[in-house]
Amino acid sequence: MTFLLAIVIGVLYATAMFLMLRRNIVKILLGLAVLGQAGNLLVFTAGGVVAERGQAPLIAADETVLTPPAQDPVPQALVLTAIVIGFGVMAFAFTVFKQAYRATGSDDVHALRDPAR
Amino acid sequence: MSPLGDLVVLPMLVPMATAIACLLVWRHGGLQRGLCVVGSVVHLAVGLRLLAGVLEHGVLATSVGDWPVPFGIVFAMDVLSAVMVVLTGIMATAVSIYAIADIDDERVRHGFCPVFQTLIMGVSGAFTTGDLFNLYVQFEVMLTSSFVLLALGSGRRQLVGAIKYVTLNLLASAIFLAAVGLLYGMTGTLNMADLSVALAGERARLAPEMVTMIGAMLIVAFGMKAAAFPMFFWLPASYHTPPAAVSAIFSGLLTKVGLYSLIRMFTLMFTVNLGWTHGLLLLLAGITMIVGVLGAVAQGEIRRLLSFQIVSHIGYILMGLGLMVALSPVAAPGGDPEAARAAVALALTGAVVYTMHHIVTATSLFLIAGTVERVGGTGRLERLGGLTRTVPALGVLYLVAALSLSGIPPFSGFWAKAALVKSGLELGQGAVVAAALVTGALTLYAMMRAWSEAFWKPAPPPEAGGVDERDRPGPMHPRERRLRLGPIVGLALLIVTIGLLPGPFFGLARRAADQLLDPASYVAAVRSIESPRPDWPEVRERLERRRAAEGGARGEGPDASAVEKDGRAADDAAEAPGAAADAAAAPVAVPESAPVPEVAP
Repeated sequence: MTFLLAIVIGVLYATAMFLMLRRNIVKILLGLAVLGQAGNLLVFTAGGVVAERGQAPLIAADETVLTPPAQDPVPQALVLTAIVIGFGVMAFAFTVFKQAYRATGSDDVHALRDPAR
Repeated sequence: MSPLGDLVVLPMLVPMATAIACLLVWRHGGLQRGLCVVGSVVHLAVGLRLLAGVLEHGVLATSVGDWPVPFGIVFAMDVLSAVMVVLTGIMATAVSIYAIADIDDERVRHGFCPVFQTLIMGVSGAFTTGDLFNLYVQFEVMLTSSFVLLALGSGRRQLVGAIKYVTLNLLASAIFLAAVGLLYGMTGTLNMADLSVALAGERARLAPEMVTMIGAMLIVAFGMKAAAFPMFFWLPASYHTPPAAVSAIFSGLLTKVGLYSLIRMFTLMFTVNLGWTHGLLLLLAGITMIVGVLGAVAQGEIRRLLSFQIVSHIGYILMGLGLMVALSPVAAPGGDPEAARAAVALALTGAVVYTMHHIVTATSLFLIAGTVERVGGTGRLERLGGLTRTVPALGVLYLVAALSLSGIPPFSGFWAKAALVKSGLELGQGAVVAAALVTGALTLYAMMRAWSEAFWKPAPPPEAGGVDERDRPGPMHPRERRLRLGPIVGLALLIVTIGLLPGPFFGLARRAADQLLDPASYVAAVRSIESPRPDWPEVRERLERRRAAEGGARGEGPDASAVEKDGRAADDAAEAPGAAADAAAAPVAVPESAPVPEVAP
């Protein structure tokens, strides 16, 4: 499972980098979005995946503590926070990119040079 | 534990309350501006009180929600944090006063004041947090606010600048988050004090290349945010586009948060492979200085020139941190460790003084540049001129800040540079010292060229490119004059005070540096936070057992699990100082060539 996730993360990072190196600002945005997902998946995987014998980190009714083996809940909390932050930031980034497209009339990064004054 | 400990969160809460108050009076722009100033002054007062508390009681720390350490989010304040918070308060006060004159009503209607305060909240939070993931969150609070401040007003130039800024900073955040995830996967903790012990412990020593790789990721992420070479180009591409008040607070504080994080990470946590990580930082410092100042020399617009100067002078602060390389056992095999340690302490002291000096000077220069643009009608140096006659006071203030930036006595920059150069020479790092001196000379050249262009030469006639009489903005109203020049005069006085009375500032920086070099007090303060909640011994016990079982299953042998247990046992407050001292001593005691036990796949 970890091995599979590692490959997925690698592919996501490669895709994100490829997209971010394009000249089209929409592709750069998509690259940023994919990059965020790759990072989230990396945090999730690095926290340890116990898929074979793992359970959701729920404490049974008659227990006071978590019974292992269970998935570590901390990386999940981190990823959740990161997703929420990423959502807000991406929404803002989309707005700025759209406004810039309106102002410059182009979706090419070369149009983003500082105009001579 | 001092009763002040719980107040460590105040530097975050005050700006948050101010931002909320500003939102409540959304329709009243004038009131919002007033609240913004009042909030900043209260923030400064809180910062000063906490600084006094830290000097009196040592490191202050609190665990939010009273969760037992290391499970809760910890806020901790040592001398460096406190100094940074105080500087944040001073800059916020100066800039919020200046903003009354500089920021137009349109921007205030769209929420300049609350966003400015959330920026201060994020910056203060980043300076005080003791939790790595919380640092990421604070960075995002700060970045999101800065995105809005940068784009607010939506001029074409601003949007174009904002795209570069947003993209690069999001990339840096993603790398930072990945590093946090890997670090958690490796150590099982996010608490910085806990990480400090874990990374110096046996388990981390089993995988030094992993620690170094995560360290490298953090250098990339924070280096980008601090605008160090090679990822600095977003800064000069964006800092000159928003109103001067915004670029002033950015230039003073935002890159410093990146630098602060680098200093925190690479003194508290990543001291295992000093030769590699700090050697890299030192190399980057030298290149950053030279590349930045060469960029500044080539610029023809005042705020672009200053942006490159910021990049360049980030290098000096990095140099102070990078000089810690001398503590590596490989760097000076035959040297005198005591002398090296003293010189490194001086280097870190220099870095802290330089940070103080640079925050004040950079903010002041950007405020001056904004006033130059306001009076002269343009920021292009060849079109400006004759400002010594129109606003003589501004010429003097610019000279004070510019000479201070170049390191000319009796201004603040001189002493900071002197300390860095002296320690660099003592440690035999001739190359970076040469880079620092050359950069100082080129800075003087670039700043004086701007002075003679904008202030000294007569204003060029319109046919030679000068600003037309009709386009020239009117002279400043007395009230506007007070609001613009008042904060600049205050900052100039601070620059002169640091220059003429460096003693107390060096004393403060020295205490900060001593704490940085010996993380034991930080670790002990965090670990001794008392929690009224039960300590859940059974949770801890199970965690230990699970870890031990995992260690065995992964083939790390009995060694790893034994050490793990050791590390957990050190959670006990009574044992903490001893364990922490071990942590501090470990990087020096371990030779780089320590045999690494075979790890089965």
